[in-house]
Amino acid sequence: MAMLHLVNKSPYDTGNLNTASGIMKEGDRLLLIEDGVYGAMKNGKAASLLNGLKVSVLGPDLAARGISQDKLADGIDVIDYAGFVDLVEANDKTQSWL
Amino acid sequence: MKLTIQVNEGPYQHQSADTAYHFAKAALEKGHEIFRIFFYHDGVNNGTRLTTPPQDDRNIVRRWSELAEAHNIDMVLCVAAAQRRGIVDDGEAERNGKDATNIAPGFRISGLGQLVEGGIESDRLIVFGD
Repeated sequence: MAMLHLVNKSPYDTGNLNTASGIMKEGDRLLLIEDGVYGAMKNGKAASLLNGLKVSVLGPDLAARGISQDKLADGIDVIDYAGFVDLVEANDKTQSWL
Repeated sequence: MKLTIQVNEGPYQHQSADTAYHFAKAALEKGHEIFRIFFYHDGVNNGTRLTTPPQDDRNIVRRWSELAEAHNIDMVLCVAAAQRRGIVDDGEAERNGKDATNIAPGFRISGLGQLVEGGIESDRLIVFGD
């Protein structure tokens, strides 16, 4: 029963990424969208929250915020909206951490 | 895959109204079915036809109406949220003695049971909001 966890807020604004990453189970995937994409930055203090997790980030939201892909932590998968749909299909449930 | 999408935020207020639209469009392009889009809380503001955004900006309300027409999508505004925010169809105008309506094409007003049914009938329920 894999779950897709959606985080749409910056970890420098709220504790949602901290909560979501702490609750995720093996096989789950995290998708960072909207301001959540700030959590994917390699040199950010929140980057360690992603250790050991399967993480994707929405490319159009990175581009809208001027974050180039070389700024991302290692192992993060950059996807488009079609990839977003595929992740929703590949996981049994979707949890939005609003 | 059959999807129900819940939208909790209004247009031009929070990115989630845009994210939900782009997600819905991508899902339809991939051949998935959208059983229902349920607009809740400030999300009901996505369903007023009286909005007039600048011509060089996206028209979020019209975009929803066009998507619903092209793909025959059931778009539902939560009745209690709509009453609070002044989103009115013919039935609500009659029931509550209002002198006008403003609901946009492709939307209808109904209750939370429609959200529950969407969750039951769909393979996935996905929520966009703040």
